[in-house]
Amino acid sequence: MRKLCTLIAMAVAALATAAVAQQKSASDAIAEYRAMLADGNPAELFEAKGEDLWKQKRGPKKASLEQCNLGKGAGVVKGAFVELPRWFADTGRVQDLESRLLTCMETLQGFDSKAIIQTPFGKGEQANIEGLVAWISAQSRGLRFNLSQTHVAETTAFELGKRAFFYRAGPYDFSCASCHGQEGKRIRLQDLPDLTKNPGDGVGFAAWPAYRVSSGELWGMQRRLNDCFRQQRFPYPGYTSDVTIALGVYMGVNARGAESIAPALKR
Amino acid sequence: MADPMRIRAQATGDKTTVRVLMSHEMETGLRKDASGKAIPAWYIQEVTAQLNGKTVMTAQWGPSVAKNPFLQFSIKGAKAGDKIAMTWVDNRGEKRSDEATVS
Repeated sequence: MRKLCTLIAMAVAALATAAVAQQKSASDAIAEYRAMLADGNPAELFEAKGEDLWKQKRGPKKASLEQCNLGKGAGVVKGAFVELPRWFADTGRVQDLESRLLTCMETLQGFDSKAIIQTPFGKGEQANIEGLVAWISAQSRGLRFNLSQTHVAETTAFELGKRAFFYRAGPYDFSCASCHGQEGKRIRLQDLPDLTKNPGDGVGFAAWPAYRVSSGELWGMQRRLNDCFRQQRFPYPGYTSDVTIALGVYMGVNARGAESIAPALKR
Repeated sequence: MADPMRIRAQATGDKTTVRVLMSHEMETGLRKDASGKAIPAWYIQEVTAQLNGKTVMTAQWGPSVAKNPFLQFSIKGAKAGDKIAMTWVDNRGEKRSDEATVS
């Protein structure tokens, strides 16, 4: 190796920091670890892939997604993410980003949305959706959540989401609110945001989609919710099902005014 | 073909900091899939950095490097507008090269 260069391996740096961190509180050390990783957030790789997928002609109809209406008009991506989920007149549904993408992939590109719903996370077209949500959310980075509650379907979805959030059931008698209904709670070393109100900029709803370092995957909100249902030992209600979208509306409306940092970086 | 790398190269005075994010599975060969079969090893073995076509660094990597690896290093003497080219080769012989301009 030439003397011109210094090679800094991430792993070595992480070990060194861990040793120093003994004197600090655990959450300080975690914040430091996150800051270090944030410089090279692999979500960027998914963003690049997503941008390409948006513009590429694909599917049985050999069309791109560039005419997809995410709520701000056909093809408008910037700022769309922080207004989702919202009501769409053409489908007559409240849709989040992922269900809206399914609509566009079906109508514009000719994909079978039912087949994509059945596809496991991270496989086939589901893996492509991960790239797309990373890029689309990145186009609204730094903007503040501003979900509409003007249509009756949107207010209904909020109420449904609220009830689902506080609904206790399952073998553990758990609800979303058991973990995310109070401030200052944590699971092991993970701070839990209080999602019944605005938890702040870049926290909770404003931090997803995100790259999970532990699994090396990019998770959209649907996959995140899937994991919450799994941890509550609930049956998963289905990809882009009404209850998952309603929970998105509930959290999104509560997060009004919070700055989106998506795609973020998670443990 | 493999997904593109993200390369950023920032010059401050004489020192240029290069940050590279690579898209790779980096399978160790020690993990097993759902049916209990070992997942074959698949990782980047060689990384090369070139400044204006001249090799300034080579690195040999192994299976202990994380998935989607991040690499940061600095070069002396590079100027804004210079070309940084990165190449990796994995143990399957697949390779990927990307280029960035120093800013």
